[in-house]
Amino acid sequence: MATTAEGFDVHSDHGHDAHDHADHKPGFFARWFMSTNHKDIGTMYLIFAIIAGIVGGAISGIMRVELAEPGIQYLTWWAQFMGGGNDLNTALHMWNVFITAHGLIMVFFMVMPAMIGGFGNWFVPLMIGAPDMAFPRMNNVSFWLTVAGFFSLLFSMFVPGGSDPGAGTGWTVYAPLSTSGSVGPAVDFAIFSLHLAGAGSILGATNFITTIFNMRAPGMTLHKMPLFVWSVPVPAFLLLLALPVLAAAITMLLTDRNFGTTFFNPAGGGDPVLYQHLFWFFGHPEVYIMILPGFGMISQIVATFSRKPVFGYLGMAYAMVAIGVVGFIVWAHHMYTTGLDVNTKMYFTAATMVIAVPTGVKIFSWIATMWGGSLEFKSPMVWSLGFIFLFTVGGVTGVVLANGGIDDNLHDTYYVVAHFHYVLSMGAVFSMFAGFYYWFPKMSGRMHSELLSHLHFWTFFIGVNVIFFPQHFLGMQGMPRRYPDYAEAFHFWHQVSTYGYYIMAGSMLFFFVNILYALAAGKKAPANPWGEGATTLEWTLPSPPPYHQFETLPVITDANDYHDHRPVTA
Amino acid sequence: MSSRTVPHEHDPGTGRRNLRTGLMALVGAVAMLGMGFAAVPLYRMFCQVTGFGGTTRVASESEAARAAAEASGQQISIRFDASTAADMPWTFRPSKPTETVTIGQRDLATFVARNNSGKAITGTATFNVEPEQAGQYFNKIQCFCFTSQTLAPGQEVTMPVLFYVDPAMLNDPNMDGVEQITLSYTFHRAADPVQPASAG
Repeated sequence: MATTAEGFDVHSDHGHDAHDHADHKPGFFARWFMSTNHKDIGTMYLIFAIIAGIVGGAISGIMRVELAEPGIQYLTWWAQFMGGGNDLNTALHMWNVFITAHGLIMVFFMVMPAMIGGFGNWFVPLMIGAPDMAFPRMNNVSFWLTVAGFFSLLFSMFVPGGSDPGAGTGWTVYAPLSTSGSVGPAVDFAIFSLHLAGAGSILGATNFITTIFNMRAPGMTLHKMPLFVWSVPVPAFLLLLALPVLAAAITMLLTDRNFGTTFFNPAGGGDPVLYQHLFWFFGHPEVYIMILPGFGMISQIVATFSRKPVFGYLGMAYAMVAIGVVGFIVWAHHMYTTGLDVNTKMYFTAATMVIAVPTGVKIFSWIATMWGGSLEFKSPMVWSLGFIFLFTVGGVTGVVLANGGIDDNLHDTYYVVAHFHYVLSMGAVFSMFAGFYYWFPKMSGRMHSELLSHLHFWTFFIGVNVIFFPQHFLGMQGMPRRYPDYAEAFHFWHQVSTYGYYIMAGSMLFFFVNILYALAAGKKAPANPWGEGATTLEWTLPSPPPYHQFETLPVITDANDYHDHRPVTA
Repeated sequence: MSSRTVPHEHDPGTGRRNLRTGLMALVGAVAMLGMGFAAVPLYRMFCQVTGFGGTTRVASESEAARAAAEASGQQISIRFDASTAADMPWTFRPSKPTETVTIGQRDLATFVARNNSGKAITGTATFNVEPEQAGQYFNKIQCFCFTSQTLAPGQEVTMPVLFYVDPAMLNDPNMDGVEQITLSYTFHRAADPVQPASAG
């Protein structure tokens, strides 16, 4: 009955009867709808993120297809399909609804649930040797609040939002477009969706902070935690400090909309620019919330497949802390065109560029980790290499955009679109696929196909680069964001970009086929499929891990260095 | 092989510590929520103190007298701009589009507003100056924009603003090359007291 795995007892309830067995699972409804198990909740977050990613990705497909040619091709059809009229204004409003939904879904319902909710829930307790999260029932509340938020957002697409159905405010929900510019309940539902998702994230952040501070296995000091575990509390603190500010700002939007207040209305003494300050005080930390867990995953994977300890562990950990801290004092670089004076711009330009220093520490440390290592190009590793390359490209354009003077020219162009998709839709997404292929055998107990994973990588890599690299050219030539139509001069690169979307969409077939193949016919995964480079605690458990793990805590001693997190074997 | 292990089951200390840490985190989040709302008055104070975004200053008579004493005789051109919000049925214009004033000396400028609609309408004016760094040097002693104004149907009134430009601007390198300051007003229709302003 005792399931032992490489070094210690998984659980110690030898005296109890079968009901206390570590692998005893409740019935279907109780297990999945009332779940308090961190692994089940992590799985639900991952499935939810995949579904939201399909919806958000499909919306971006609609937009890319529309943008393949100048003029309006398909929007009118979509507007009618969604219950709107047959005129051009309805079609253009439909476009605004699409960009809003795409942005909000990808940020709040795809990246955040996958990174923190999915991988964080699954692997933070496993990696620190904890039996579960600190507040398992609150964990369940966080998940279902996120789901409710998603439905609130979807629902907003079917109720009036200004001229036509849906919230067409952009993910930034700037006033006055979101207040006096959008009559009807759609924007209220979109704002409510942010409230729900935000409340879920704040509770989740509280849970992670408590778990990591209080529930580490004996001997697992903060400076012995795996870097992925470091990469969760840092964004959790950012969430805790930034999301309430967004909640305050969008609550003021709601009262401006419905109760006659004038927080952002100059007619009553308010200022719409204040909303932008509040939004970006949240919004800039938010982009680090989306990428920091990815940094952590990449650190684990690069070390594993180089069979070397990660280079500069402490520098890597505190670089994430530094990125989080500096992330709070650079927000106005999103607002260079709101009329900031030259000294303010100078400060925000300099502060923004400072972020390149800790980020550079991370990039160079990953490369130094690989240097002289025994590299093995398994699927998680190739995705990590793709991440390092593409995230650096996005980082370089970020340094360009950090300049207040250059941004005056590039603000709200496709150059910005290309930049943030390089760091998010390639940075964050590549790290999520890397993490997925790294931990899929652990989570499911089945090996995926390396061939399909590599095919997925190469087609996806080519696809997203064909989509987004030409958008730098479009932006430099003056193509503005958020428009469905454009001058003939932009046609060529828009068309290329749309071809890239087809390649990327096709590559996702490899991903889904791979999952189906693994679940149906994949080889049984051993406890540690990745060899001696995989040194964190989750690899000491069987694949999949028992329903309840670490009922006897592993002990980490001083004999372990930064790299090896396993308990010493006698 | 088994390692050293410690049983942790049913440790009452962990639950209490978790509750304390969790509550501290939530208190932090609630504090930031409060900070979000506190940002509204803080932002207003910040703008008034620094002249951020072209916010002008309100000066007392004694301050105006002190500024007048420092006047060196240098002059600056002031351009007046007047506009109305889209739903405001008034015409609103400056009596003179530009004036040249002595820096430090007070000056009286007038604007003319006329209610073109068939009913009494109350309006409030918002204001700022361009270039924005001039905001902290543009002082108003009296202004029609300090209170709301009600115009009867068809009524036309002349509205005064008493102001001076602070001589301290001459010592500010950010004001180098500024030869003209534009003072801009926008009249908004004040919220109807019977019916709160709708979202629309």
